Amino acid sequence: MHAPAVEVRGLHKTFGRRRAVSGVDFTVADGECLALFGPNGAGKTTLLRVLAGLLKPSAGVARIAGIALPGAAEARARVGLLAHATLLYAALSARENVEFAARLYGVPDPSAAALAVLERMGVAHRAETPVRQLSRGLQQRVAIARATVHAPRVLLLDEPFTGLDDAGALALTTMLNAVRASGAAMLLVTHNLSEGLALATHAAVMRDGAFVRHEPRAGVDPATYAAEYRELLARAS
Amino acid sequence: MTAPMTRQAPPSRRVFDWMLLLAIAAVVATYVRAIVFTPVERLQGPAQKIFYIHAPSAWVAFLAFGVVAFAGAMYLWLKDERLDRIAESSAEVGVIFTTGVLLTGPMWGKPVWGTWWTWDARLTLTLFLWFVYVGYLVMRGALDDRAQRARFSAVLGILGSLLIPFIHLSVYLFRTLHPEPIVLKPSAPSLPGEMLTTLLIAFLSFTLLYLALVRARYRLGVLRDHAALAEEE
Amino acid sequence: MRPDLLRAAAMVARKDLTIEFRTKTAFFAASAFTLLAIVIFFFAWDPTAVSAIDLAPGVLWVIFTFSGLLGLQRSFNVEHADRAMDALLAAPIARESIYLGKAAANLVFVLAVQVLAIPAVALFYNAPMGHAAGGLALIAVLAAIGLVAVGTLFSSIASNTRLAELLLPVVVLPFFVPIVMAAAQSTGRIMAGRPLAESASWLQLLAGYDLVFAAACMLAFPYTLEE
Repeated sequence: MHAPAVEVRGLHKTFGRRRAVSGVDFTVADGECLALFGPNGAGKTTLLRVLAGLLKPSAGVARIAGIALPGAAEARARVGLLAHATLLYAALSARENVEFAARLYGVPDPSAAALAVLERMGVAHRAETPVRQLSRGLQQRVAIARATVHAPRVLLLDEPFTGLDDAGALALTTMLNAVRASGAAMLLVTHNLSEGLALATHAAVMRDGAFVRHEPRAGVDPATYAAEYRELLARAS
Repeated sequence: MTAPMTRQAPPSRRVFDWMLLLAIAAVVATYVRAIVFTPVERLQGPAQKIFYIHAPSAWVAFLAFGVVAFAGAMYLWLKDERLDRIAESSAEVGVIFTTGVLLTGPMWGKPVWGTWWTWDARLTLTLFLWFVYVGYLVMRGALDDRAQRARFSAVLGILGSLLIPFIHLSVYLFRTLHPEPIVLKPSAPSLPGEMLTTLLIAFLSFTLLYLALVRARYRLGVLRDHAALAEEE
Repeated sequence: MRPDLLRAAAMVARKDLTIEFRTKTAFFAASAFTLLAIVIFFFAWDPTAVSAIDLAPGVLWVIFTFSGLLGLQRSFNVEHADRAMDALLAAPIARESIYLGKAAANLVFVLAVQVLAIPAVALFYNAPMGHAAGGLALIAVLAAIGLVAVGTLFSSIASNTRLAELLLPVVVLPFFVPIVMAAAQSTGRIMAGRPLAESASWLQLLAGYDLVFAAACMLAFPYTLEE
């Protein structure tokens, strides 16, 4: 067993003439959270979508739990995806959404599993409500429930704090910390430095398709990091 | 930042399109032969001469779509943008020839059979080919993402080429089970030697014209792409 | 146990049908459109010149394609709404399962509308169809399979474009022509009391069409998704 949860070596992703990801190397181990910052168009979302199995790498290697990525359903089975869009069906209830996901991932007893994870996210009392009638904060909780019902080894998060108020953001951070504490590896793409650094065990900055910074969180002073990051953004434009 | 992956040298501006000129000359020569040197058909009269445009145009119309479908299939396999450009060029040229068939059909039909439109099996098939072309071009127009446009076009091209035999079969069944009240035979009566030769020459010159037009359109496509890229950078 | 191709397709189909029949909006719209069109067509003809019974088969199957389009258009809208499609693509199921599941759901939808349309035509056009019920059912199933096979694929394509609602008919209607021809011609025959065997060629055409296009569209479907 123990291949790292996420392993990326020399990854490239090109769209026609545009190089979105040009040569990225990193590893994320179980229980780690890599926060990925960077300006728009840096390639962060593209990188995430490759790891989620939504895009095929143009060159290089991406592995989830040791399984090479292009096309492998085995790899996708170990990944959970959370985005700024909810990825939910508005007309279905919270439970129906999560149960559908549980079935797709082959979770035994999908109905019970769905209710259990909704309980953990503190939203079980609204399990039968159609998602469209829930507040943005509650929708995000249902989205996390959907993304974690199959106990993924890797959780990919694309700007999950978007549209959340302070209370919602705090709740999300708490929940994500709990998920990480249970052993999942996380890759968090975000514009929000403070929230990203609050969750991160490692931090990286991406620009023009490549990592320009990558270090453990431990040595980082948030204020300095923020200043350097702003400078980096200013230089980019 | 955006390093280009597949770049072709843009064709020099003042290139003399010898192929197109040759093709046009060939077509003109064919018609001189058709009108002046080929005998007038006994039953149909001078109007029959339209056949020398009608039939080769139909050949090209279907050939062009075959190229669209084949280039699309190759694109899905090889992912080379140039194949999509070939498909696009062939589609635009093909739809023009198809329109030609649909226009010359009535021009031929009216003097010879008295009606503007006959639901002749081949003409009907060409009409549907025209619709498929139009759908193809309209769809391309509705897509901005190059890769998506190429992929979707390839799918539509391949499925369209599967559709044509089914339409042919449907029309055939329709006609055999619904005999026409007037016996219309727009298909070519067996042609005597002279006319057959002219027809063959017409097929060749039209094919040459098709190739020349596709090549010209392809080069135009390359120029446009270069201009678009230059704007992006 | 991760679901295999067919089980995953069944899950997708069930999800689509749950959503559709919870809101029922598209179904009501398609049904209302069908009934309206049936009635309008009736008044567009001179009943002394053309008998309603002769019109019935053509009207039935032409409207079938248009109401089918209404149903098809909603097929992928639900996936684009909150990017739910990403969740489907990230799941460990084959892309083909998504196609099969959605096509199956569309099939149910289209057949449900036909269950309304056929009796409506029989009623308004004074066209008795009871004696032909078995044959009609067969024609309806074959026609519906062809329609959803092609329609589901092109609906996926169209949902990625602007003007999706205008584009889908322009692209897909030529593909419906063999279906309409075969369905209408055989319906006319069996309504006139001819044995089903006489329409064998048309039915074979339909069956062949279904096989070819179901296979081709399922294979082509992954190419309509982002790579």
